[in-house]
Amino acid sequence: MEFHKPRTWPEALAIKAEHPDATPIAGGTDVMVELNFDVHRPDVLIDLTEIAELREWFTVDGRYRVGSGVPYARIIDELGATLPGLAMASRTVGSPQIRNRGTVGGNLGAASPAGDAHPPLLAAGAEIEVASVRGTRLIPADEFYTGVKRNAMEPDELIAAFHISPADGPQQFAKIGTRNAMVIAVCSFGLALHPSTRTVGTGVGSAAPTPRRAADAEAFIAGELDWDSPLPLRDSVKRRFGELVAQSASPIDDVRGTAGYRQHALSVMARRTLGWAWDEYRRNR
Amino acid sequence: MRLRCEVNGESREVDDVWPGESLLYVLRERMGLPGSKNACEQGECGSCTVYLDGVPVCSCLVAAGQAEGHEVTTVEGLAEGEQLDPVQQAFVEKGAVQCGFCTPGLIVATHDLLERRERPSDPEIREALAGNLCRCTGYEKILDAVRLAADRKAVS
Ligand SMILES: Cc1cc2nc3c(=O)[nH]c(=O)nc-3n(C[C@H](O)[C@H](O)[C@H](O)COP(=O)(O)OP(=O)(O)OC[C@H]3O[C@@H](n4cnc5c(N)ncnc54)[C@H](O)[C@@H]3O)c2cc1C
Ligand code: FES
Ligand code: FES
Repeated sequence: MEFHKPRTWPEALAIKAEHPDATPIAGGTDVMVELNFDVHRPDVLIDLTEIAELREWFTVDGRYRVGSGVPYARIIDELGATLPGLAMASRTVGSPQIRNRGTVGGNLGAASPAGDAHPPLLAAGAEIEVASVRGTRLIPADEFYTGVKRNAMEPDELIAAFHISPADGPQQFAKIGTRNAMVIAVCSFGLALHPSTRTVGTGVGSAAPTPRRAADAEAFIAGELDWDSPLPLRDSVKRRFGELVAQSASPIDDVRGTAGYRQHALSVMARRTLGWAWDEYRRNR
Repeated sequence: MRLRCEVNGESREVDDVWPGESLLYVLRERMGLPGSKNACEQGECGSCTVYLDGVPVCSCLVAAGQAEGHEVTTVEGLAEGEQLDPVQQAFVEKGAVQCGFCTPGLIVATHDLLERRERPSDPEIREALAGNLCRCTGYEKILDAVRLAADRKAVS
């Protein structure tokens, strides 16, 4: 096995161009499980952890550019106040050891429908910056996930960063699992209120071949909310929102839960998170 | 490949390392440091927890090649000669060790918690140790040991 340890981003892109089949490794919390169990024996590994710029985040034109190699623990500590949805999701990932090492870039690379970063990225309208020797492009999160564990990247591309606006309103994340720590989502839901555009963003996890938005639910609720004189939400509205979110999913029966359970759980999570977020919006006005 | 890194304050160099093997394997099988335990090799149990550049990680999930040029501290690096680290001492005194397989990982995770938090609350202790499984003790004595170590550290 060849092992590359590029120190710079251009060097990493050159190696990936030369070895399109190479497996990038960041925190290794997905890659190493496969290596240890011999599920996957790549001929070439590219270690991305020496590239300083992947571990940095900064603001460009009012949006964050967060390097793909920033681990969950740092997202929680450093960006928790301004990216509350992503931070909530990050707190549910694995254990402290996993959060110290695992990255959003790795979650995007793995593109598992159960990945916890995806619903908040979808709800916030994040974009993924991918790059190759040919250049750089931004892919909206809702075009990034293309199939079960597949994403929109070309073989010579690597994930540089994601771009996301600081929250302009309350955000929520909810996840169902058998216990609190160390649990893969049975299903999950991310919600972001965007008072600046008077819209609501959503992200459904682990209930379809890919993480996805619940577009019908977003359109419905945007028509119901009165942002200027926000009253408590009627139960019928919250319930309808929950139904539409559940309908947006196409879950399967598997070892973690049945399709029916997932659909039910999604409608409950959507209803509750909407209630919490709207109450927070009303309190803070 | 030849792997060079600093382990417990000493520079170490080992040859014929397969870069995709885990840091845990390197520590146990190539460096003669069997303190970190191998129970699951998939990040679930925490018994392989070590510090990598001062941050607790599952060494089973670090590729050997990723440790090249970095600093590792294992459970073997915490005592000062014969003098146990206060966390180790508290685990012994409180009977927080039965078969002992989970202990090295719990010691490192607790050590890190007490570096960051003076007198952590019970929920904070539980959260910090959520990635470390113990099949023997039922955790109560582990919590006792963490509280004792925290108390002693706060006083000293
Ligand atoms: C015990 C345990 C618990 C876990 N719990 C959760 C959980 O609760 N929620 C959750 O979502 N996940 C969980 N995971 C899975 C994993 O931790 C996450 O998917 C994490 O985000 C992966 O990040 P990483 O940096 O470790 O990725 P790696 O393992 O390094 O890489 C993951 C994938 O992404 C690719 N990749 C990495 N970086 C890049 C890049 N910059 N460009 C292109 N491709 C790249 C790799 O080639 C690989 O295919 C858990 C894993 C373990 C072992
Ligand atoms: S052996 Fe590494 S976490 Fe279990
Ligand atoms: S003492 Fe046996 S696993 Fe903890």
